[in-house]
Amino acid sequence: MQSLKQQWFGNIRGDILSGLVVALALIPEAIAFSIIAGVDPMVGLYASFTMAVTIAFAGGRPGMISAATGAMALVMVPLIRDYGLEYLFAATLLTGVIQILFGLLKVAKLMKFIPNAVMIGFVNSLAILIFMAQVPHFIGISNMTYVFVGITLLLVYTLPRFIKVIPAPLIAIVSLTIVAIFSGVNLRTIGDLGTITQTLPSFIIPDVPFNLETFKIIFPFSISLAIVGLVESLLTSQIVDDMTATESNKNQEARGQGIANIVTGFFGGMAGCAMIGQSVINVKSGGRGRLSTLVAGIFLMFLILVLGDLVVKIPMPVLVGIMIMVCIGTFDWTSFKYLAKAPRTDAIVMLTTVVSVVWTHDLSKGVIAGVILSAVFFVVKISSVKITQENNRYYVNGQLFFASTDSFIDFFKYNDFNSSTIQIDFSNSRIWDDSGVGALVKVEDLLKEKGIEVEVVELDASSKKILSKLQGVSSSH
Amino acid sequence: MYKHILLAADGSENAVRAAKEAIKIAACHEDSMIEIVYVVDFDQSKSDVLHSSSSEARNLERRKKIARVEQLIKESNVSYKVTFLHGTPGPEIVKYANEQQAELVVIGSRGLNSLQEMVLGSVSHKVMKRVNCPALIVK
Repeated sequence: MQSLKQQWFGNIRGDILSGLVVALALIPEAIAFSIIAGVDPMVGLYASFTMAVTIAFAGGRPGMISAATGAMALVMVPLIRDYGLEYLFAATLLTGVIQILFGLLKVAKLMKFIPNAVMIGFVNSLAILIFMAQVPHFIGISNMTYVFVGITLLLVYTLPRFIKVIPAPLIAIVSLTIVAIFSGVNLRTIGDLGTITQTLPSFIIPDVPFNLETFKIIFPFSISLAIVGLVESLLTSQIVDDMTATESNKNQEARGQGIANIVTGFFGGMAGCAMIGQSVINVKSGGRGRLSTLVAGIFLMFLILVLGDLVVKIPMPVLVGIMIMVCIGTFDWTSFKYLAKAPRTDAIVMLTTVVSVVWTHDLSKGVIAGVILSAVFFVVKISSVKITQENNRYYVNGQLFFASTDSFIDFFKYNDFNSSTIQIDFSNSRIWDDSGVGALVKVEDLLKEKGIEVEVVELDASSKKILSKLQGVSSSH
Repeated sequence: MYKHILLAADGSENAVRAAKEAIKIAACHEDSMIEIVYVVDFDQSKSDVLHSSSSEARNLERRKKIARVEQLIKESNVSYKVTFLHGTPGPEIVKYANEQQAELVVIGSRGLNSLQEMVLGSVSHKVMKRVNCPALIVK
């Protein structure tokens, strides 16, 4: 780990430049995710400001960008629709508290138990849901809408070839907004969907009754938000770790996400988390330290204060085009190869995760479904013991423990033996618990009744230890 | 004599041919050392992280990509080491070679991604233009 001074000031020039780039790239996303959640663009913009600034200090992964995200916006849709904005702020606060608890409980270790199949399902279903959220904004509105979406996509994919310093989405927004204003075409704008206020966020206490009723409403959402936020944040931190070949403190990041969400809730923002896309942009643009995240947050707020009037004039089709680009970038395109090549069970887990998310519109439910299913597959796989025969020697393949004893015993119960002495070879196996020891004893008894003498060979040290410990006196043979 | 030879490897057939030439040069003198450099492209990080269960598994997977090159050098008894860099392959190799003051850079003329080469020009060409030491481009 680098020293704190290194994390802040080890890369000043690169961090400032990349922070500016990220701020520009964040604006369209913060607005689009607000629209997905069903709130004013300001809620997402304030959240992006407070998340980035707080996480710069409190996070565990320098150079990672946190802000309002699509994954979180999708979870909060029903809460806002049914109960309103104030409940969102309250849920954001509670999300922060839960995440801090997760951080204190060292939840980063638990993240290791989320298999990659679930992670792949997570990013794919996120991409699918963000895309689905764009559909109502461009299908069947007007021909000009299609034209603008098309031109936006063309620009964002071709411009980076020629202009590398300024993010292509920003160039697309500025140029196409100007075209739209001066050509007078009739397009929906961001102003039609919400308002932009050119003021700094101020401290608020969510205007909800502080009672059990409220808690019951927001708690399920906060749990989902906390899980989704941590999954995406810890995944992002692994990606940034890999890109920069450095390490990060995952538990500190979990606590940091919690602190940032509490601050965000108190300043009228929606719950957020780390963003894969923006963090990749940051590292690619030269950002490595905490300063880059801080600059991104502050410059974003500055831009809104200065340019708020113009932001409302951005045509929706342009924003939709940029979001389609974000979806394409989020989706893991190697998944198709993965589906063909990965073990069947992994492929099923991945698809289950995607289907549950698309079905429930809640990424946390997909993660939970995926983890449970892969746990079941794991138990099924590990609890099967196969026995192979070579002359009088019977090889046990697999782990012998409470879940696998049946198949072990059944083999010896129903098999016919030609010889009066056999060897049971444990070189490919291990005895884990009292059930395993019991099964072995039972098999020895069974065979003795059939008049067959058994020799147990090739036990490893730990199996021998548990055998002698549990068999006690009878281990003398 | 070249003491520090930097060999860019990307898992392609060209890189293997480049390795053979690097060995011929390094074998001339016993003080010569080949440094195999593999650049993990920034865009590769995300899918690599998603598809590996741990950073150790990831490193193993990447190590496999240069296995043939490593094997060749090992068999020829030339001393070598392996370095992984992260970034955009061309500029990253140039930066590293210049920082480390490599005396010779050996690189295959064509890598894995031919589509990208058509659009952006080849990595080897960029490296040759901007590296401070002699470069050997192997067909």
